[in-house]
Amino acid sequence: MARPAMIIVGSGEAGGCAAVALREAGWEGPITLYGEERHGPYERPPLSKELLTEKEPPKPRPSAEAGRFDELGISHRPNSRVIDIDPAGKEISLHSGQTAHYEKLLLATGARARLMSVPGSEYALTLRSFEDAWALRHLFGAGGHAVIIGGGFIGLELAASAIKLGGRVTLLENQERLLSRAVPAELAQRLHEEHVCRGVRFHFGASVSRVERRAVILENGERIAGDVVICGIGAEPETALARKAGLRAQNGIVTDDRLCTSNPAIYACGDCAASVHPQFSDQPMRFESWQIAREQGALAGRNMAGANERQSIVPWFWSQQYDLHLQIAGLPDLGKSTVVRPLSDDAVLQFYIDGGGRLVGAAALGQLSDVARDMRIAQMLIARKATPDPAVLAATERRLKTLLAA
Amino acid sequence: MEEGWIDACAIDDIEEEDVIGFEHGGHAYALYRTLDDRFFCTDGLCTHEQVHLCDGLVMDTIIECPKHNGRFDFTNGKAKGAPVCVDLKTYETEVRDGRLFIKAG
Ligand SMILES: Cc1cc2nc3c(=O)[nH]c(=O)nc-3n(C[C@H](O)[C@H](O)[C@H](O)COP(=O)(O)OP(=O)(O)OC[C@H]3O[C@@H](n4cnc5c(N)ncnc54)[C@H](O)[C@@H]3O)c2cc1C
Repeated sequence: MARPAMIIVGSGEAGGCAAVALREAGWEGPITLYGEERHGPYERPPLSKELLTEKEPPKPRPSAEAGRFDELGISHRPNSRVIDIDPAGKEISLHSGQTAHYEKLLLATGARARLMSVPGSEYALTLRSFEDAWALRHLFGAGGHAVIIGGGFIGLELAASAIKLGGRVTLLENQERLLSRAVPAELAQRLHEEHVCRGVRFHFGASVSRVERRAVILENGERIAGDVVICGIGAEPETALARKAGLRAQNGIVTDDRLCTSNPAIYACGDCAASVHPQFSDQPMRFESWQIAREQGALAGRNMAGANERQSIVPWFWSQQYDLHLQIAGLPDLGKSTVVRPLSDDAVLQFYIDGGGRLVGAAALGQLSDVARDMRIAQMLIARKATPDPAVLAATERRLKTLLAA
Repeated sequence: MEEGWIDACAIDDIEEEDVIGFEHGGHAYALYRTLDDRFFCTDGLCTHEQVHLCDGLVMDTIIECPKHNGRFDFTNGKAKGAPVCVDLKTYETEVRDGRLFIKAG
């Protein structure tokens, strides 16, 4: 019989971190990372930002872990789509017909761009992979008019990139404001103003009835023509494999606070997983965040190697549009009251405090140099379940760092 | 002072447990002061994404990159784990008459 092996499905940010962590946590047997893309783990955040606007011909930027696979004896198999899991026989099947036996399995399959369900939706481009970005770069490079459906992070970052390249942008949003789910209203408003000031045209409350190759037709009959139509209406967790194998999945593959699924030999992490974050809630939550994918990947790796650690990750996310950096830590939604700390003339930090006085979230918007330090301190305070004095949080003359000593 | 030393700033320009940026000859440096008043100098840009480290947070002898929280020990430039894996270059420092000198190049 073959040596017991650890198998990871999906060689993205989370999968790469898991492979390295497994080895560093002492697993000495084989580790195989199967990925359907032709690249090893690479960074997706630049795909909507620098990669579109920088002069040099774009290349995928490998994640830090990718360079260590050889040294750590991790086997990475690109172009390898896993199509089936047999939980009883502990075996996976690849599209090539090959099978492989696992001791423990990690699903790090990420998410894919959500598609619209209107006629012609196939004409709208989406963005998830390096190849998607490559295609967009060519279209953006020609200047022209981009019609973007969806005012979420990817839509807004793409708008900023298109403007930077000298193009025109019309953005269609079906809610009455931008980022209504993810970002506190005042910060979303400031971002909106920046986009307007840079020349982006917005249609709020816009519902799309049909897409053509170079136009979007709204329910009210209005036709918005452009040179390219892009759809950025969010992402859906890649759960098909898990469902087929009978694992619990709702909005994501459901795991406990140790990232173990409803099958004790199968773990899940990153964008595909809805996991329990015990310091915030006992309900599984799913995030789409680079930092969480990395930390969960590392935790899943350690736990597969036998650590049995509960997750204590403070969610952290950033977005960059023009020179504005948005950072969100913790869970602003859990806040019952808000404390505002101005960081400069054009940068603000908001703290979100729950009913018991605990700091549960923070969000900041402004230049990176104005927001980064205080956001990092906020993140550490959230991790410590701190109950800071709101007066100190608001007082710009008091260094936030002093709260860490308390 | 010998060749190669540059007068970078007054030591009081840097708060305790903090960092400031400094440019010389088109090169960005980061200058650090510890809680116990020791001074250090490294390259000014993170090795991960070319972000200015002087906007980052100093905790003890660690500087965290403001963008992705990559961490370096600024006393020796060592990268302290992913996402950063390339060490920072460090430069000698010396304090004279309340001013901080660095040996650039
Ligand atoms: C354009 C863009 C910009 C972003 N910007 C930011 C940002 O600014 N800040 C931030 O915090 N986050 C950002 N994110 C989110 C961040 O990139 C993700 O949260 C992160 O990549 C998730 O990592 P993951 O490993 O869970 O999934 P992924 O990185 O998506 O990796 C999953 C991998 O699994 C592969 N796979 C799926 N199914 C199979 C199968 N059956 N067999 C084999 N392989 C399979 C996929 O092809 C993929 O390569 C951005 C994402 C995108 C797309």
